[in-house]
Amino acid sequence: MAKELPGADVAAEAAGGDAFPAAGQPLLRIEAVAKTFGTFRAVAGVSLDIKAGEFFALLGPSGCGKTTLLRMLAGFEAPDEGRILLGGKDIAQALPHERPINMMFQNYALFPHLSVRDNIAFGLKRAGMARADIATRVAEMVALVKLEGLEKRKPDQLSGGQRQRVALARALARRPQLLLLDEPLAALDKKLRENTQGELMELQRRLGMTFIIVTHDQEEAMTMASRIGVMKAGKLAQVASPRELYEAPRSRWIAEFVGDINLFDGESKLRDGHRLVIGTRDAGALVVAEPREPVGAGKFAIAIRPEKVKLSRRAPVSEAGRETAINTLDGVIADICYLGGTTTYKVKLDTGGMLQASVANSARIDVDAYSLNQHVVAWFTPDDCVVLPS
Amino acid sequence: MSSRRIFARPARFAAIAPYVWMALFFLVPFAFVLKISLSQTAIAQPPYEPVFDLTAGWEALKAAFAALSIDNFRLLGSDDIYVFAYVRSLTVAITATALLLLIGYPIAYGMARLPKRWQAVAMVLVIVPFWTSFLIRIYAWINILQHDGLLNQILLALHLVSQPVVWLSTDTAMYIGIVYSYLPFMILPLYATLAKMEPVLEEAASDLGAPPWQVFWLVTFPLSLPGVGAGVLLCFIPIVGEFVIPDLLAGSNSLMIGQTLWLEFFTNKDWPVASAAAIVLLVVLLVPLLLYERLQKRQLEQER
Repeated sequence: MAKELPGADVAAEAAGGDAFPAAGQPLLRIEAVAKTFGTFRAVAGVSLDIKAGEFFALLGPSGCGKTTLLRMLAGFEAPDEGRILLGGKDIAQALPHERPINMMFQNYALFPHLSVRDNIAFGLKRAGMARADIATRVAEMVALVKLEGLEKRKPDQLSGGQRQRVALARALARRPQLLLLDEPLAALDKKLRENTQGELMELQRRLGMTFIIVTHDQEEAMTMASRIGVMKAGKLAQVASPRELYEAPRSRWIAEFVGDINLFDGESKLRDGHRLVIGTRDAGALVVAEPREPVGAGKFAIAIRPEKVKLSRRAPVSEAGRETAINTLDGVIADICYLGGTTTYKVKLDTGGMLQASVANSARIDVDAYSLNQHVVAWFTPDDCVVLPS
Repeated sequence: MSSRRIFARPARFAAIAPYVWMALFFLVPFAFVLKISLSQTAIAQPPYEPVFDLTAGWEALKAAFAALSIDNFRLLGSDDIYVFAYVRSLTVAITATALLLLIGYPIAYGMARLPKRWQAVAMVLVIVPFWTSFLIRIYAWINILQHDGLLNQILLALHLVSQPVVWLSTDTAMYIGIVYSYLPFMILPLYATLAKMEPVLEEAASDLGAPPWQVFWLVTFPLSLPGVGAGVLLCFIPIVGEFVIPDLLAGSNSLMIGQTLWLEFFTNKDWPVASAAAIVLLVVLLVPLLLYERLQKRQLEQER
């Protein structure tokens, strides 16, 4: 199955025979790129390095500029400012057909008048590949995306999933140095989407190619990408691995955008060794680990992910328990949301705030499950808290 | 019973309505013309014989049938006037349709790529000439193209020519008139297909390495073929039979078939020959129509 693909690379040849940068070296460098439409600043100064072999996701709400940035990489928009370097060469003003970059479009943009085979061969013919080589490469691509037997079909004779595969094969056929994927799975239903996510990751690893995917679905980005750039209002708010993005968000906005989170506004702080004590309005004084980057004076927000919050009937009494359960909050269960694998409880704190706790349903029959209006103690460690500038 | 059912079921009536229409306004008149084309001229009222008289009895009717002949069609084939008229009609129609396609396609493409709100404005601009009578617009062209007309005045003022150019009564004037009059019929179907086409397909083509001219020939143009077909037919067929524009703008030394027909009918009072010419014209025009329909059918089958 893991067929080694022959070395001759159409797209690289088209770009003047540039060799692939070795894995780990920056393949793409985006330098202070900006784009304005009328008065709307769609991309407002983005700088980013992408290494060869990376699976990078651009994540953000609609209108954040992620698609514009992708379109500038593909060449459909020219940046007003900044440079885009691919393998060291500035391609910012190059036309789409001159770039060794291919794109998989959101609704696939398959040519309706061409068969599956001719759709896949389209880019190869444009590169002036020999007829026999085109046939070999098309067959290879068809096998790669498991479309054998459908070569003669037209796009409207295919299912959504099959069309998605043709689009992928067409974009991969030229062996681009960089593959751009614009919401590639948005049109698929949930089950198929999850399967396809796995297949895309498999494929990327096997081909050793560099993928940049644009998505508004954070779960999709977290699942597939090795690095995620979160965009907000035309700027990169944070570039980090999925784990770092989730566990160490850099701002309150990112913390709220990625996953669920409890946030408490704090106003004052006291130092206690390597810990900080921060007074909050809704949850009293909370002890938190000192953040890596020192926070200045002023207002803070303290963020705790729901699954980091533990619930129990009484406060932990053991020595070890007291050590970890430094932040102990009393409250009553205000809402229960059963989700199958986990149950989310909303706890109305005696101090006035609301706290979400997500508990894994690790036993099928749980006689100890909490019920509505039951008094509980919620606790979490200082290390589970993230201090954010408010 | 059956008539009651027809009116009780409007859907059924709607389904047969086109056939009734075709029979009343196409087949019956066609039968008349066909019959006249097989008759001979006569100085009489109507100006041909035999005349079918259903009251004269069976024998008379049989005699009338026996008197029918295809002499008129033989005449059409043997007399150069008619052959030349057909050839000229087809030449003019092919040339004019090609010009229309060349001029109409960029306009339609430009319209389809305008921002949505400007597309409506452009559409109105294309249609607006229809608000003036066709004949008046052709007379306006006579005004523009005549010896001391607007065109010559401009050319003289710009010192592009030193003497007024003869435009009127030339083929150039006729082509100007035809292209001007038929342009909306070319633009509208082209615009309809091009506006439906997703611009992202062109982006995909250029992303896959196609320079702009290949994007056009490999993606845009093939996908606009239904519109091209409709526009070409919508222009070609009426231009073949065009009478007014060549009569008013072109010279009188070579005639199109429409003009020949008119002469036969109204000057020579030779209804049978005129009818025969009309039948031949219809048959000539059926060929591209049938070809187009075959093409469309094949396309539909492929899509299934």
